[in-house]
Amino acid sequence: MSSVLYDEPGPRAKRRNVVISVVFFVLLALLAWFVWDTMDGKGQLEWALWKPFTESNAWTTYLLPGLGDTLLAAALAMVIALPLGAVFGIARLSDHVWVRIPAAWVVEFFRAIPVLLLMLFANEFYDRWTNVSSEQRPLYAVVTGLVLYNASVLAEVVRAGILALPKGQTEAAKAIGLRKGQTMNSILLPQAVTAMLPAIVSQLVVIVKDTALGGVMIGFTELLNSRSTLAAAYANVVPSFIVVAVIYIVLNFILTSFASWLEKRLRRSKRSTGAVLSAEDMEELNPAATGGSYGTGAAV
Amino acid sequence: MFDFLSDYDNPTLLGAFWMTVKLTLLSGIGSLVWGTLLAAMRVSPVPLMRGFGTAYVNIVRNIPLTVIIIFTSLGLADIFGVTMGATDFKVQGFRLAILGFVAYTAAFVCEAIRSGINTVPMGQAEAARAIGLTFSQTLRLIILPQAFRSVIGPLANVLIALTKNTTVAAAIGVAEAAALMKTMIENEAQTLLIGAVFAFGFVVLTLPTGLFLGWLSKRMAVKR
Repeated sequence: MSSVLYDEPGPRAKRRNVVISVVFFVLLALLAWFVWDTMDGKGQLEWALWKPFTESNAWTTYLLPGLGDTLLAAALAMVIALPLGAVFGIARLSDHVWVRIPAAWVVEFFRAIPVLLLMLFANEFYDRWTNVSSEQRPLYAVVTGLVLYNASVLAEVVRAGILALPKGQTEAAKAIGLRKGQTMNSILLPQAVTAMLPAIVSQLVVIVKDTALGGVMIGFTELLNSRSTLAAAYANVVPSFIVVAVIYIVLNFILTSFASWLEKRLRRSKRSTGAVLSAEDMEELNPAATGGSYGTGAAV
Repeated sequence: MFDFLSDYDNPTLLGAFWMTVKLTLLSGIGSLVWGTLLAAMRVSPVPLMRGFGTAYVNIVRNIPLTVIIIFTSLGLADIFGVTMGATDFKVQGFRLAILGFVAYTAAFVCEAIRSGINTVPMGQAEAARAIGLTFSQTLRLIILPQAFRSVIGPLANVLIALTKNTTVAAAIGVAEAAALMKTMIENEAQTLLIGAVFAFGFVVLTLPTGLFLGWLSKRMAVKR
């Protein structure tokens, strides 16, 4: 591992690095010991609290149904938000001011509002003005909130995906006499969708994380909500949090790895134009729910 | 038409949004400090620190913020008795929420700053090493000041996200905007109007932040 920030270590630097490593290791070990000791002191390490997770009941009754609802809401939200996002993304690129400006307003508006507010509002909306049953209402509300927010984020992805294509694509389409709609449908959009795939997969991570909002605030029975039922049954608050956090980490790690694998594959693929929207571009467009943006390192 | 707004005095509408602002600013400062430290660890010559920084960022980014915030209340406060020096339940919720936001947002700040470090040309670091600066001097005097100027835009995105994320604090009883909206929307008939008022509040908070910091990032960017 070399970096421009420091030289290949000489004998003194090596010694210093060893000293710093040891000090840092001791600090980490102290922290770990402190956490372990505190948990032990509060009786959180007793086997009785962890045992439920080795038996099938805790999984089949609580965790797996919860995970199922999380995935269901995330999948529904993505499937509905994607075409909506495509429509708004294309609308923002329209030549007509009366299409472009309102689309831009809608997208910017929903990007500026917290997903939680959208979910709370949707929940109340379904309660007052529709006859969605009260068992189904939380799912509807969660999916609606996620769709409104993510459609506007995906609209930006679609727009960026189309803009990232080489100009020659449009020019060639014009040269062979395609109309605007034909150019969009048969030349730009199919390529943009391929270019966007990694970004879309990494947006799934954001959606999965956001489903947890519905669990706490409007009683949607997703993973985090199932955790509290489980903890009530087995009286193991801390272990249940740790297990649920690990499930989320593993799930999202798989999605993130899949996204970067997809990105590498698309970049290498001979048929693509080389325009790929990576997961990092996604976060640039997504100052949202899970925050975060890290540039592509091409600021010069 | 807006009568219902004055019926709420604990907190008032402005009070609730002020709470949102306070959560955002305090968590923002905290995560900037912790995030910068994490970024410094991730580029440091000590492998153990790099490993810790990488592990922290990858683990924390993949946990839903809601899980972290609820854990501060049910786990840290109830089980471990971490009260953050607060005697009042409300103050405790406020401080725990900030702790959670800092822990979470720092991971994103770290990644933003790390990408900013990548934009600083190699020659700068090489020149710094050539005149005999140590790693920490290079980072403090040469790299980070330039990196910060190029990541104002990404950091603005993190701040806007944080503003919206503070609504999660409603889940542990902090009386901020989302909590007030939930109460209002359940008690009043004007659902649409209430929704519009709170949506407007967040647009007012996030839009100028984005515009100002966007302008600042263009102004401050190092022209090369």
